[in-house]
Amino acid sequence: MQFPILSVIIFLPLAAGILILMYPAERKTEIKATALAATAISFLLSLWLFIAFPSYNLQPGKYLFEQQFNWLPNFGISYHVGVDGLSLPMVLLTGIVGVTGVMISWRVDDRPREFFAFLMFLVTSVFGVFVSLDLFMLFFFFEIAVFPKYLMIAIWGWPKTRDYGSLKLTLYLFIGSMVALLGVLAMALYGGKPNFDMISLENAGFSMEFQRLWFPVVFVGFGILAGMFPFHSWAPDGHVAAPTAISMLLAGVEMKVGAFAALRIAIMLLPQGAKIWAPVIIVLATINVVYGALIALVQTDFKYVIGFSSVSHMGLVLLGFAAGVSQSFAKGITPSADGFIGAGMQMFSHGVMTAMFFAIVGMVYDRAHTRDLDKLGGMAKVMPFAAIGFIIAGLVSMGMPGFSGFAAEFPIFMGLWRAYPAVAIIAVIGVIITAAYILRVVNKVFFGEMNPELVGHITDIGILDKVTIVLLAVFMIGFGIFPSLLSNVVGSGMMHVLQLLGGA
Amino acid sequence: MATIYGYEPIMLLGILPELGLVLLGALVLILDLSWKGEQRRKIAWVVFTGLLIVGGVAAYISNPGVALQQASSQNVLIFNGMLRWDLMSWTMTLVFFFGGAITVLLAKDYDTLGKEGEFYLLLLTSMLGMCLMAGAADLIMLFLAIETTSIPLYVLAGFFKKDEASAEAGFKYLLFGAATSAVMLYGFSLLYGFSGTTQLYQIAASMQQNFGVSTWVQFALVLLVMVGFGFKIAAVPLHFWAPDVYQGAPTPVAGFLSTASKAAGFAVLMRFLPTVFSYSPQGSTIGISKLWSILIAVLAVASMLFGNLQAMRQHNIKRLLAYSSIAQAGYILIGVASIVSYLGYTGVVVYLMAYMVTNLAAFGIISIVEREVKSDEISDLSGLSRRSSGLALGLLAAFLSLAGIPPFAGFVGKVFLFSSAVMGLEYWWLAALVVIGVLNSILALYYYLRVVKIIYQGESASTEKIPVTNSMRIAVVVCVAGILAVGVFFTPLFDNALKAAYYLFQ
Repeated sequence: MQFPILSVIIFLPLAAGILILMYPAERKTEIKATALAATAISFLLSLWLFIAFPSYNLQPGKYLFEQQFNWLPNFGISYHVGVDGLSLPMVLLTGIVGVTGVMISWRVDDRPREFFAFLMFLVTSVFGVFVSLDLFMLFFFFEIAVFPKYLMIAIWGWPKTRDYGSLKLTLYLFIGSMVALLGVLAMALYGGKPNFDMISLENAGFSMEFQRLWFPVVFVGFGILAGMFPFHSWAPDGHVAAPTAISMLLAGVEMKVGAFAALRIAIMLLPQGAKIWAPVIIVLATINVVYGALIALVQTDFKYVIGFSSVSHMGLVLLGFAAGVSQSFAKGITPSADGFIGAGMQMFSHGVMTAMFFAIVGMVYDRAHTRDLDKLGGMAKVMPFAAIGFIIAGLVSMGMPGFSGFAAEFPIFMGLWRAYPAVAIIAVIGVIITAAYILRVVNKVFFGEMNPELVGHITDIGILDKVTIVLLAVFMIGFGIFPSLLSNVVGSGMMHVLQLLGGA
Repeated sequence: MATIYGYEPIMLLGILPELGLVLLGALVLILDLSWKGEQRRKIAWVVFTGLLIVGGVAAYISNPGVALQQASSQNVLIFNGMLRWDLMSWTMTLVFFFGGAITVLLAKDYDTLGKEGEFYLLLLTSMLGMCLMAGAADLIMLFLAIETTSIPLYVLAGFFKKDEASAEAGFKYLLFGAATSAVMLYGFSLLYGFSGTTQLYQIAASMQQNFGVSTWVQFALVLLVMVGFGFKIAAVPLHFWAPDVYQGAPTPVAGFLSTASKAAGFAVLMRFLPTVFSYSPQGSTIGISKLWSILIAVLAVASMLFGNLQAMRQHNIKRLLAYSSIAQAGYILIGVASIVSYLGYTGVVVYLMAYMVTNLAAFGIISIVEREVKSDEISDLSGLSRRSSGLALGLLAAFLSLAGIPPFAGFVGKVFLFSSAVMGLEYWWLAALVVIGVLNSILALYYYLRVVKIIYQGESASTEKIPVTNSMRIAVVVCVAGILAVGVFFTPLFDNALKAAYYLFQ
């Protein structure tokens, strides 16, 4: 039997979380060290998976490191994990953001035991979703995230908006997941014999009528978590209210969970429905991109800028999906997976980038105690390292060549151009606005004169903060210079999506 | 149809739990005489141990699948058709034993409740009634069982006779109970009048031959008996007693009322409706069964909506749990109404188990906190996590389980119930149930989270740890562990429930 690496990745943070809850509350260092150790090992294991992946030469539709146990055979439920090119980058992303999230939270002083335990449960939940090959199991992990998200925002969040932000986020996401649950149950019970196995559901032969009816239910249900317009407004409010580590995980990873589930369940299992509804997704996602960017441009709160930028960037992911679907069947174009590959890379690139953004916003806020763009300024002088990190993430965000953002956005627009040239032109406007708001905040926060009230009160960032920035930057630049490292992996997963859509 | 047997010695195995309860009751009487004052609290350990032993033995040798190896079927009508010994009655009996054992532990150090021998005797008598309810296959047996369950519960609800709220709770419960069981009894008497027999399965047989009664008259009979059953499960519109009784009754008793007593009501509902007003998942002949399925769906919708909307406005945690338990009854009714497959009743059984551990944990922790802060207002839970993080985590698990969040028990229960309705999506009332059920779980999350937030975000007046006695600790730890166990390792429970549901129709 092979080493159950995926199960270890999932359950290590869970075990750490349970262990942390058993420590006496005053042993703060041990609590943090346990959390760091668990996430670091999970990260290293996922990194190893990523490096080893190409050598397995995986066929489309096959999964690596598969493990399956009966859970509830009478109801078609099993514990079934495995990775392919689609989920592996997401696992790596979770590993990175998990470990950096722990490092950035080192100074949490109010009930650290609960904080780190809940953080561990959140990480477990996300890992679990990405490697699940069983609908019930995926949903099980998906929903575990509800209470850590809510509680961590409500307890450790920004006192001014945490009540509102946490409740809004939780209810929006719960509505989404309940709607998706209906769709999932309808799929699993199709034909009368319960079957939750995602691999065999790919060939379940859902009728056209069924797919037309249920695709939007499932897609919107999960799409809410991906920040899909018009259900996006939880995202900025939730991200701003959350403590730094949770903002990183929410925007960096949780939104990807929504997009990933929408792809894995809605598009892959109901491909005919996806073809019918692709135009609608195109419209909504374009609004996401342009509207999100425009709103980000006029924000006066540093963190809200980043919050709305996530809405805009997740729009690009959804655009990539829609472009990929359209490319697979539109007349007169050769089917290719460009849109999907771009979307997959964008999920990773945006995850790392936004984690960096939120980490640095947190560092600035912890020192300046304000996020008002008009009151900030000149931070580059006292925290140059943070400024460089922010600018790197900003360049990724703008899609500058040499950074991972370019490698991700280029295929999306390539795919979009082939399928819907007009939409591509409109969506590019969003990228231009992105450049505008990024330059605006960089200028306002890091350059110019420092607010006289703050002079002398701002200290440089600590060593763990620097490690966080370096770790995140390595992936942004690395995949920018060598995009094929990422695109080959993503591509091998997306070929299968294209097959299911009948395009390959 | 199963053959009716007279008396055979092996049948004693079928009523072993009931016999055990009677013996335990007698033992309590003796101990109550010989022990004095505070010493009587030790009766709790005796009763607890007794319930464990009887329950454990019954779990093995009273299982009809094991005991009746020779018999061709796994279910028989025993004692001239008074009781039906099948997997469903066996399963529900074990559920009641669990509820009773936990309640005893919670009551041991609760105020003066635990030092009165009467408490234990009344509890055991009530459990005896519940076990008989789960197995009753005869109108007379059923009525006696329901009364044997209810009368001790009236007394228990009003146990603190000098406390006005408690006395009011007991009296209110009694009046409602008496009125509804009178209506139900009227329904029973009409059933007997039409069929000439009190045996449920013989009534069913004569119904098959359609003894000259139109479907609508049959539906009127359903309405009459549903008054009694609806009262037991606290479904809208027969829920009025629940909030006042839960609030006034001693907290451990309220926990017992909301779990075991409700489960007993559902056990009867699952046997009575499909048996008498004939229905079988195989080759469904939609007629009267369609009508009562719609009726149950209406009750479910009303209970969910009313319970959840009212729960949002409560300031008292016990009232909140009362309204939440009305809503939970609504969810469970989804399974009762889903008559298209065995999954509906399977879901009901699994959900009842999930609900049992969850609500007992919630009431248990609340009774612990209440002992210390002398209040059961929600605002008094403020800052519980700073005071006693263990209790706060337990309450968190219980509330999330009620809201149906994994990895806690309520999630799987809800998935199975919704699945059962999704299977019948082509029937309009089941489709409506699915949509309204989903809507309600969102409503419910809102007020459960409100309590959770107060526990975690609020400040507390005192920072001292809340004292927890041994018996309470055991009870709460078992329940919270149960919440997780049912939520993750549900396979044996589901498989057993599926079989129980299947044999219910054989």
